[in-house]
Amino acid sequence: MIDEFAAKASEYAGSWDRFFFALVAVSAVVVAAVFVVIVGFSIRYRKGSDAYRPTLPKSLGFEIEIGWTAATAFAFLFIFWWAASMQLREIIPPRDALQIHVLAKQWMWKLQHSNGVREINELHAPTGHPVQLIMTSDDVIHSMFLPSLRLKQDVLPGRYTYIWFTADKPGVYHLMCAEFCGTQHSRMTGRLILMTPEDYSRWLAAQPEADNLAKRGEALFRSLGCSGCHAPNSAVHAPDLHGVYGHPVHLSDGRVVNADEAYIRDSILLPDKDVVAGYQPIMPSFRGTVSEDQIIELIAYVRSLAWEGRQE
Amino acid sequence: MSETAIESARDEEPGAVTASYLVAGHTLKSWLTTTDHKRIGILYALAITVFFFIGGIAIGLVRLELMNPKGAILSDEGYNRLFSLHGIVMVWFFLVPSIPATLGNFLLPLMIGARDVAFPRLNLISWYIYAVGAAFTCYAIVAGGVDTGWTFYTPYSSLYSNSNVLAAALGVFIVGFSSIATGVNFITTTHMLRAPGMTWSRLPLMVWALYATSIVMVLATPVLAMSLLLIIAERYFGLPLFNPSEGGDPLLFQHLFWFYSHPAVYIMVLPAMGVVSEVFACFARRRVFGYIMMVYAIMAIAIVGFLVWGHHMFVSGESQYANVVFSFLSFAVAVPSAIKVFNWTATLHRGQVTFEAPMLYALGFLGLFTIGGLTGLFLASIPIDVHVTDTYFVVAHFHYIMVGGSVSAFFAGLHFWWPKITGRLYSEAWARFAAIVMFLGFNTTFLPQFIMGYGGMPRRYHVYPQEFQVYHVISSVGALILLSAYLLPLIYLGWSLLYGTRAGDNPWDATGLEWQTSSPPPKENFEEIPVVNAGPYHYHPAEEAPDAARREPQEAQGRKP
Ligand code: HEM
Ligand SMILES: [Cu+2]
Repeated sequence: MIDEFAAKASEYAGSWDRFFFALVAVSAVVVAAVFVVIVGFSIRYRKGSDAYRPTLPKSLGFEIEIGWTAATAFAFLFIFWWAASMQLREIIPPRDALQIHVLAKQWMWKLQHSNGVREINELHAPTGHPVQLIMTSDDVIHSMFLPSLRLKQDVLPGRYTYIWFTADKPGVYHLMCAEFCGTQHSRMTGRLILMTPEDYSRWLAAQPEADNLAKRGEALFRSLGCSGCHAPNSAVHAPDLHGVYGHPVHLSDGRVVNADEAYIRDSILLPDKDVVAGYQPIMPSFRGTVSEDQIIELIAYVRSLAWEGRQE
Repeated sequence: MSETAIESARDEEPGAVTASYLVAGHTLKSWLTTTDHKRIGILYALAITVFFFIGGIAIGLVRLELMNPKGAILSDEGYNRLFSLHGIVMVWFFLVPSIPATLGNFLLPLMIGARDVAFPRLNLISWYIYAVGAAFTCYAIVAGGVDTGWTFYTPYSSLYSNSNVLAAALGVFIVGFSSIATGVNFITTTHMLRAPGMTWSRLPLMVWALYATSIVMVLATPVLAMSLLLIIAERYFGLPLFNPSEGGDPLLFQHLFWFYSHPAVYIMVLPAMGVVSEVFACFARRRVFGYIMMVYAIMAIAIVGFLVWGHHMFVSGESQYANVVFSFLSFAVAVPSAIKVFNWTATLHRGQVTFEAPMLYALGFLGLFTIGGLTGLFLASIPIDVHVTDTYFVVAHFHYIMVGGSVSAFFAGLHFWWPKITGRLYSEAWARFAAIVMFLGFNTTFLPQFIMGYGGMPRRYHVYPQEFQVYHVISSVGALILLSAYLLPLIYLGWSLLYGTRAGDNPWDATGLEWQTSSPPPKENFEEIPVVNAGPYHYHPAEEAPDAARREPQEAQGRKP
């Protein structure tokens, strides 16, 4: 299976490694220096040795202290800046990222590709193309840990969290749960299977035919009765959902929020929380009616509704 | 209670107080109803020793189990309960009370020239509160254990765990009050009961450290108590606090918890810094280099330590921009710690250094704390933390700080003040041997954990991928060495109690008021309350004029070279 220690599967994992080992080197020098000085002083100034022990002028002591305080502060500032800038560059995923939904539950990972393919404890993904994981949990807090990509992100119930990556080395790597989640925590592991884009499309095509997520979402949208109000020609005054996803929405209390996964989820479960400006809070809550899986499908459906729909 | 404060500050007639505190009553009752801070310190010491070995046995089993990647001996449940037991007991019942409640209780009044703490009865009550809390936790253990880890993260602990969360959380909740009471007592004592002439700039660093620790205990512990109560409220009364499907917030607990528990690390480390400062000064026979700076550093660590809790939550789903702020503050709080390392090192310069056991333990502290501190910088750097948090890298890091640092310092202090506490000397050879074995065993145990952590070995894993086995095996062998090194002091210190030679009042030729009274001290500490006319660490009276401590920086600033 997988036996490479600290394997890495992407270019930026390499740059984080370089940062890490640079820090290791600096720390090793500092540790060595401190040890040498401690041992050196201990031997030189051991009791009874004939080392010269002059009285240091008081002011010199003070200058030494200002000196090393400033030096450490600058060194730390530099490391902080280096680390933080590396991180902030990576926050926003590219627009064309392939989106994969992850649902964590005690004690397994359920994954759904946007074309409807589902898998458990395995994550197939193409190399060379940005991939975004949209994650939530059914029960407790878990943590998606992909060591070969040097990535980790907690997965929370009732919220969406995201990570994205561009991998560049096909292979099979660890996928683990890193946040203690109960009895079989250490067995909540799986495989990250990185494939070349060609292999990946071949793999996708070979999966049993499944309705894609959006399509299943559409069916739900009808059967749950959402379409009764939200259809463009409905008699009830409810917002048209075309083109909503990913755009700012004005709320009746003056706030403007971005219509992301969390917003759509809240709109379904807690409709009174964010009421769209110009509408009455008449939507019923679907709490207890829809499962996390179904919410994912509904979100995929809303996401698939493009602007064009609105112009009809 | 203020009456008591005044009472114990009042000089008593000399001569009435010469019998040692150990012989002032032999019955069990005389110990269990004592209000003597020295006896209370000893009661705590006995209690935490028991917990140290309970926690040690638990982790011994865990390490044995981890030699095999498939998990051969224990069940998943059993494993989870053992590491939770280890963490809960070691943190809440051993480390937090360790130095403050034992050495601190014993020494604080002695070091400032007082007859007792400000509220002696409150002090005794604190110990009983501790005992009641401990009883709850022991019950949780006996009744099958708890599997939440020492951090009690929600919603696992509040909704999903089917173990004894209530008893364990109540136990921790209750010991919290003991911490708070001790903190209040120490703060008041330091403010009110200093001997004539013992100005703030003449306080030994140990006293400064205990004072800062007490402030952290008083301010932070209530937050912990609150968060544990919230767990209990959700778990037993169904209040939807952390359950998101009822509108609760699963992360609320983590914020509250770390708001206490990050400062709690300083509750464990600041007193250690105090101990080590005393030991270095004595065995280098120098004044601690940069006394004033050391005091500022202690206070800075205590205060800024409140602002960095978010660095435990870089991958929790917090905003990346918040992460950057917490990262910055974490680097900021590391500066004073680094300064302290430099100052201790510089204290050796031009000294007359000797290597008695306390000094060996203190040198061990310095080395291990340096490594622990530097790896803290790794964790404060967000990209590295994202990869190594919740792996063995973190386990190694916090053991370097809490065990390599605090526990080494605890042993340094225990050996340093042992002759004062018991009036007896221990076997110097055995003590040095134990100190060295402890240092080697420690590194064998925890250095491999950094490596496997970076390799991607998650913590709290019962079964794990084959490739990490070799590191686990080395670590387990180290743990065996380490556990035996912890048993040694039990033997030779026990021996010293029975057969040790008499220590004399000041066997190390140390400065400090506690060495000016007899060993063991009389019940009332001093026959006559001493009068202080110089700063601490007067190892070179000729070189350092009285009160040099206080004037040093001002002079330096004023004098243009
Ligand atoms: C022989 C000495 C020790 C060994 C071999 C040891 C080993 C370990 C190991 C392997 C873990 C991780 C368990 C896991 O994540 O699966 C752990 C956790 C921990 N240890 Fe130790 N330890 C030792 C001593 C101590 C001491 C003396 C303290 C405190 C005074 C301590 C405090 C902790 C804490 C707080 C945890 C976290 C527990 C958790 O994950 O909830 N350890 N230790
Ligand atoms: Cu999990």
